[in-house]
Amino acid sequence: MPEQEKKRRPAATTREETTTEEVEAPAPSPQGEKLKAELDDLLDEIDEVLEENAEEFVRNYVQKGGE
Amino acid sequence: MVVAKVCGIETEYGIHHVGGDGNPVASSSLLVNAYVSELARAAWDFEDESPGNDARGFAREGSMPPEIETHLVNAVLTNGARYYVDHAHPEFSTPECADPLEVVLYDKAGEEVLRRSMAAVRRTLPEGQSIVVYKNNSDSKGNSYGTHENYLMDRAVPFARIAHLITPHFVTRQIFAGAGKVGSETAGNAGRDITFQISQRAEFFEEEIGLETTLKRPIVNTRDEPHADPQRYRRLHVIVGDANMCDVATFLKVGTTALVLALIEDDAFDGRELTLANPVKAIRQVSLDLSLSEPIDLADGRTTTALALQWELFGLARKYAEDRGLACLGDEAVGQQVLQRWEDVLHGLETDPSVVADKVDWAAKLGLLEAYRERHGLDWDDQRLAAVDLQYHDLRPERSLFARLDTERLVRDQDVLDAVTEPPRRTRAYFRGQCLKRWASSVASANWDSLVFDLGTDPLRRVPMMDPLRGTAEFVEELLDGSSSPAELLARLSA
Repeated sequence: MPEQEKKRRPAATTREETTTEEVEAPAPSPQGEKLKAELDDLLDEIDEVLEENAEEFVRNYVQKGGE
Repeated sequence: MVVAKVCGIETEYGIHHVGGDGNPVASSSLLVNAYVSELARAAWDFEDESPGNDARGFAREGSMPPEIETHLVNAVLTNGARYYVDHAHPEFSTPECADPLEVVLYDKAGEEVLRRSMAAVRRTLPEGQSIVVYKNNSDSKGNSYGTHENYLMDRAVPFARIAHLITPHFVTRQIFAGAGKVGSETAGNAGRDITFQISQRAEFFEEEIGLETTLKRPIVNTRDEPHADPQRYRRLHVIVGDANMCDVATFLKVGTTALVLALIEDDAFDGRELTLANPVKAIRQVSLDLSLSEPIDLADGRTTTALALQWELFGLARKYAEDRGLACLGDEAVGQQVLQRWEDVLHGLETDPSVVADKVDWAAKLGLLEAYRERHGLDWDDQRLAAVDLQYHDLRPERSLFARLDTERLVRDQDVLDAVTEPPRRTRAYFRGQCLKRWASSVASANWDSLVFDLGTDPLRRVPMMDPLRGTAEFVEELLDGSSSPAELLARLSA
């Protein structure tokens, strides 16, 4: 997984340094709950539209090289 | 010196013929045919059987692209695009676009053309059959097909210099332009435990520079086929990218590349150019490093990271913009938007890639996979995850997983629909598209750098279009509007 903490940008660039704020563990918020509900809906939808036999679907997807 | 960065994208789509006989060339032809047979169209300029000069007094273009097979379907659309069968894939080539935002518009118009093609071919196929297309670059079994970008460049800049200076960008831009994929599929990564990587294409690259596109793929492709005045222009043919679903990813892929190419043409590296010790090793390494922070070896013995290298290029680009402006990207405001979004996406990536999941395909896909994996308690090698990966790129609205995500849009749906038939106004694609719209039956053939008219009586008349920045609405709209027939147009053109 990607690193969770903010890192400072490398000093080698000419950009101005800005101070990054500490990242705190987010408290459950109405917005967080809403996002969670949206994600659940999305996953429900994926369950619905995902090709039924995933293994066969993936196996049958064979392409000739192109370009 | 910098020339206007006229640009475009060619996309080879993955194709699956449900209930078909497994001949992808035939299926691709059916698909493309179904679309173009309903449209006014002109055949592309390769149909004559004898190559070289035409006995009727006009010359075909300088060199024939190696991938063209003359018997396959090949059409030019009224939006100036080319839609055809390339080997075993349907391919959509956008018209020449004036700026990176216009490329996004026509790339999305291409998706719409493919969607309409799927619907059109379905009406002609037997019950139970359908043809489905995927906008991706690999079948996860070791077969890759390309998404190529093209950029207009100044012929005076030595190619070796372009190749040297653009390579670090091609190796690292995948951190925002990668489309992401589950697992790995090449011998080079065999035996490693790879769950997910940033780029679909990166692991297929084996050389730093070369002419090939299907074997020993090079990071910098040397195909020299300008489709324009070869004394003045070069067309940089870029084969290293992934096909993107996200508007922002396409915009940044093309916009940042155009910007770095402008830096190269104007020699604006200010002695701060970086050389990678081993670009082929690095491009694969970057693709596998989801932390974006692994050290990459530089030729001088130091190390950098993909993010640091992108910040370095961004810093140079910002300085360039301050000194000279960004009109070279086709539009100053669009150029500034490239710069702003480039900075924003790098900030987002260094915070956490999930922050840019509405802009960057690999981050969007990874978030989806993680959530789906957690819900069902799946191992990474579960085929349902491979199916999610594949179906992310499915262009059918009822199956597309990408379409279900709330990603940031840069172009409006109505503008995309218009772009299916209307050409860009600020490149020669305008002339090509408008002539096809008005007088398709009189256009004997069309090519990137010429149109050939058949007026019925005279010998065929060829109109060269050797400058991508001529034939624009500004130059020819009045001429076209004032011509009631192609004969009148040609008379006025030669007056």
